[in-house]
This record gives sequence, C-alpha cells and structure tokens, in this order.
Amino acid sequence: MRYSGFRVIKEALTGHRGWGPAWRDPDPKPEYDYIIIGGGGHGLATAYYLAKEYKQSRIAVLEKGWIGSGNVGRNTTIVRSNYLLDGNEPFYEFSLKLWEGLEQDLNYNAMMSQRGIINLMHSDAQRDAYIRRGNAMILNGADAQLLDQKQVLEKYPFLNVKSARFPVMGGLLQARAGTARHDAVAWGYARAADQRGVDIIQNCEVTGFRIEGSRIRGVETSRGYIGAKKVGACVAGSSSKVMAYAGMHLPIESHVLQAFVTEGLKPVLPGVITYGAGHFYCSQSDKGGLVFGGNIDGYNSYAQRGNLPMVEDVMEEAIAMFPMLGRARLLRSWGGIMDMSMDGTPIIDKTHIDGLYFNGGWCYGGFKATPASGFVYAHLLATDTPHDTATAFRLDRFHTGHMIDEKGMGNQPNLH
Amino acid sequence: MIINHPLLGPRDSSEFVYLGDARLLNRPDWQADNALEQFIDYGHTRENPAGLHRELWYHEQGDRSWLVVTRNTVTHEITQVELARDVARTGGRSK
Repeated sequence: MRYSGFRVIKEALTGHRGWGPAWRDPDPKPEYDYIIIGGGGHGLATAYYLAKEYKQSRIAVLEKGWIGSGNVGRNTTIVRSNYLLDGNEPFYEFSLKLWEGLEQDLNYNAMMSQRGIINLMHSDAQRDAYIRRGNAMILNGADAQLLDQKQVLEKYPFLNVKSARFPVMGGLLQARAGTARHDAVAWGYARAADQRGVDIIQNCEVTGFRIEGSRIRGVETSRGYIGAKKVGACVAGSSSKVMAYAGMHLPIESHVLQAFVTEGLKPVLPGVITYGAGHFYCSQSDKGGLVFGGNIDGYNSYAQRGNLPMVEDVMEEAIAMFPMLGRARLLRSWGGIMDMSMDGTPIIDKTHIDGLYFNGGWCYGGFKATPASGFVYAHLLATDTPHDTATAFRLDRFHTGHMIDEKGMGNQPNLH
Repeated sequence: MIINHPLLGPRDSSEFVYLGDARLLNRPDWQADNALEQFIDYGHTRENPAGLHRELWYHEQGDRSWLVVTRNTVTHEITQVELARDVARTGGRSK
C-alpha cells in the first residue's frame, strides 16, 4: 500500500478499516543470501538498500526483540553533518543528503525537519576551531555559517550569553541539519524493506555463528539454525557480545548514554542547539518536550539506564545555557548502550571470516548516520569493496595507525 | 554507585575517574619479539564483557589511590574492591 494524502482522506471516510500492518511477520526460511543481524535503524536501512540499490534478494533481518527497540528508539533524534576530518565528513554529508530525500524514497513520514543546528562558542580558541571545522564542511560539500553573538540572539533571545565564565560569542550554524522522528525512521525502513521482499524476523536472537574453515555458513538463533551466504552484524551496543561468537575481540567498550525529555512546552526552541563549554545538546520535539542529553556516564555498562551524577551534570549545563529551563519539569530519562570505539569513529568492514561483516562502533552518533550506514554497508556486503565515503572506517586502522579521532582524545573510549 | 574503598570505606563513584579494564595493569614486555602486536592489542582491544568486569578506578577527589573494582556491567552491582597496588603485587610486580 502506498501512503498518500488521498489515501488518508479515503481511509478517514471509510472508518480507517483499510490500513494493514506496515510489514509482514514471516517465519525464518532455512537459508538466505544475506542475513543482517540487528533490526535497528542501521540494520533495516542496510536491508533496504541491499534490495533497492544493489538489487539483491533473499535478505533477512534478525532482531532479538522488536524492531526499533534498541538505540534507534532511544536517541535525541539529531541529524547533522558538521564533522571536521576527511575520513568522516564525506560520509556524514552523504548521510545528510540521503536524509533530505528519505521520506520520498521510503514513502513514509519520518518527520524530517531541517531546523538547523548551532554549536555555541565561548572563547577565541573555540571560534578558531569552529572556523576550521566550518571550512572543512564546506570543502566537503556541506553547508556551514559562522554566527556572531547578535545573530545567535536573534534566533535564541533567551540564551544566557553574558555568563561571566562562559559567555556566548557566537556559534557555528549548519542550516541543513535538524531532527527526524526516530521511531518513524525504523518503521519507514522496515516497511520499505518489507515491500521489497526483505524478511524482518523479530524475537529471533542470534546465539552463535556456524563457521566452516574460514567461511561463514549461517547463524544459530533462538528460532533455530538459519543458513546464509553473507552475514552482516549491525548490533551497535552489543557488538562485543555478538562478535565474540566469531572469536573476535573489538576495539570497543560499551557505555551507557542517558537522554531526557521535559513536559510539553509551547514552541520555545526553533532549532537544535549545543553548548560549547560542556557537552549538552537540546531540541524541541513536535510534541513540545525539550529533548536533551549530555555525556556518557563514563564506565562500561550494558544496563540501559544511567546514574544520578550524570543527570546532575546535564541539568547544570541545561540551566547554565537556558536559565529559563529551571521551571520546566523533567518528564522522563532513559539510557541506551553505545559502542564506544577507541578513536570515537565507527567501523564498517569485513572480518577475518569470509562472508562475515561488521558494522559498529557508532559511539553516540549513530542516528544521524542511519541512511549512509545502511547504504555503505549494503555496498560492502554486495560488492565486497568499501563505498567511496567509507573507506576509512577500517577495523585494522588501530594496527596501521590511521585512527580517525575527531575529538583528539586518544584511545580512551569514555572521553570521545 | 557507591565504591567501598578498602581504606576509606564507602565513597560515591563521582569522586573517582574511570580508566577501564584492569588488564591495563599488565603492560606487555617491550622487549618481546612481538611487542608491537602486544602493545596494539593492549592499547586498543577490550574484552568488554556483559557481566562481571574488573576495572580500574582512580580516587582523584580522595586519596588518589588506584582501585581494582569488580562490577557487574549489567546491573552496576559492585562485588569486590581492591587496591590496585595489592593486585599488581599479587600478580608478581615489585611495586
């Protein structure tokens, strides 16, 4: 079924009895050409682009719980491509371009809203760094604009720009950045992949790989053995756990990142805004809640919840930036598990086992990468060569010294 | 999280700085034939278990001692806290 305005009117007049399920619920077949492990945004996008762009068939997505139950349903929905390094920026810009056409491509309302992101700056050094980053973005075909304090105040008149410690001097604006409805992204990809024949198999946990010699034969799951010619793991958060079934140790630690939402407010925040003197990012959802987050808690964790010291830290940053927020009530907080890689950059690569591929290490920046991650991973799975924009995301870069350390923190995952 | 410091008693985890896997105590031998491989592994590869994890915490806002904390990464429950010095000495290190 194709969704359209006409369809909405027709269904409204006929009691909404014509809407069917958005995707099937098939039983697993004994064998597939491609198995994608992980029915999150990246896994579903990979399956979709495999079918659509690379004309592959016999594809299954295996999901432990229900699709979208992991990080794609837990993030702060920000979409942007404001990176500095050559290994990163072309990839994220490719992703943003895919976001711009995503809803038409999927025939699904992902509530993509290019409301702009501003990174606030608070010192001369930070202004220099932002100018450099903005130029790197423009060189890679993205958009960037340096704002002075007056221009920032025009958009956000309530900002505390005169703080003695961290005055706001201006900001780096990427106008094409914005937010998208996270769940709808998962659902849109699921529906579009399903329409192209992809089997989305939920409640099917992978419990091991069947490997003969150095070649993958299939996966063991809670619903029995399923054969496959190629298997792509796409389980950021649990990457170490799943890849350990293939005897791999990864340059990754799992950490918990918390996010928060306030009660619904009238429109106050027209775009996405980030604090430059700490780590804080905030936007307002279409429902009115302010959605925001900060740093990861900083210790290894597989619990999808965090602790109070980081809650306090994030709230302090929120109030430092927007004193007016003091009267907004916090509605909910939650946590998600991040693959924190050793250089803060993802990994999309083959493994030492023929036919087994790995996609992970997204740190806390996976959501914005969803379309491109799926696209380039599909490229890798279908052609066995990396996509042009993802040649740097190699698993062996820690051996060869080609790390992509956007923040310059070194091999300390909780600092990225 | 409350870390039960062996010398100071229960302390809030926010007084500490987290480093990571306690395996980092065992620096490879730089004179070994495969020292490069060992150091790449030491610097970048992690076990990252879901379950019990032995990890290094530094009491920066306290007595500046290094601790080896055994903690469950699924529940955050801490079951054992040792001085890193004692762990290293038990492992055969002189200091």
